[in-house]
Amino acid sequence: MDLPVWQALYTELEAKNFVVISVALDTAGVAAAGQWIRAANPTYPCLIDSEHVVADLYGMVNVPQAVWIDEEGMIVRPTETAGTTDGFRHMDRTKFAMPPEAIASLRETRRTYLDALRDWAENGAESRYALNDAERLARLTPTTFDDQMARAHFTLGEYLHEEGRPNEAQVEFAEAKRLHPESWEFARQAWALEDPSKSGGPEFWDAVAALGDKHYYAPVRLTADA
Amino acid sequence: MPHTILAEGQRIPVSSGRSEGADLWIPMASLGAATGWAIKPEGACKGEVCVPMPRGREAEFVSPSAFNYTAFMRYMGHPIAHRGDTWCIAARPEDRNEQMRSLQAPDFTLPDIDGNLHSLSDYRGKKVFLASWASW
Repeated sequence: MDLPVWQALYTELEAKNFVVISVALDTAGVAAAGQWIRAANPTYPCLIDSEHVVADLYGMVNVPQAVWIDEEGMIVRPTETAGTTDGFRHMDRTKFAMPPEAIASLRETRRTYLDALRDWAENGAESRYALNDAERLARLTPTTFDDQMARAHFTLGEYLHEEGRPNEAQVEFAEAKRLHPESWEFARQAWALEDPSKSGGPEFWDAVAALGDKHYYAPVRLTADA
Repeated sequence: MPHTILAEGQRIPVSSGRSEGADLWIPMASLGAATGWAIKPEGACKGEVCVPMPRGREAEFVSPSAFNYTAFMRYMGHPIAHRGDTWCIAARPEDRNEQMRSLQAPDFTLPDIDGNLHSLSDYRGKKVFLASWASW
């Protein structure tokens, strides 16, 4: 879980005009996310997004993804992987253990990402991790009609699930996944609502294996020239 | 028969609509309150903006007593999902992409675990690290 890491970061940097806002993309709301939030006891705004509004507005397709927003409300780093790697794909699932090199790579990726956040908190617009306009624009992923149609089906599915119509909800989720197969947000949330063990079960691992050479978490270029 | 429209994070109950295939006709009398749209001689209007009906196709959208709201939103370019008594109208891709290219962070309002509401705009003046996670 990422919440303790973000709490530590906020505690360290809050005096530098810096705030963490975390958003739980959980259709079941407090029932699903609450235990993790209580355990982390956050002092920064730790919000619950039961309708996945932030994923819709910011084009998120997985978690953890993050956006950096400056004092004027401008996006200085568009949606990207928040300090994690595909290392879990090398996990020995019988022992729940990752190989040492995958652990080392994950730690290094997390460290450099958090260091970049520290640099931005300290230096603001002067930070080399605050991307210039051209780089920000180049990193946007435009949404398509099918992506938005997938969002319509997903949101309808969430509503039907909440209304006690889970079978109809899954039909809508299936259509959302078909139209936007890159969205792990759709796939994993749908699995979790169908059966809580499913979002980390065989269906999940089969889908990850089917990625082949493609990333589950796209690596982040921390600076424009990196 | 009651119907529901999901749009822009709102759940809009339509108490006396009439469904016809993939479409929902909303009575003129409740159209404004439900959707903010009104039918005028110049077309379908929301606030200052009016959209003329496509010539020769007026009957697809307007009857003397009702407005085919979903057909009109589809004509406007909105993706719409429909099941039974519920329609979900998503944002148009061109609107999302224009918003994105402005590089202005879109505002939202969400509750914390105690039900207190927070808006992104409450934190204007600070550097914000906005991060997603989930229990799944």
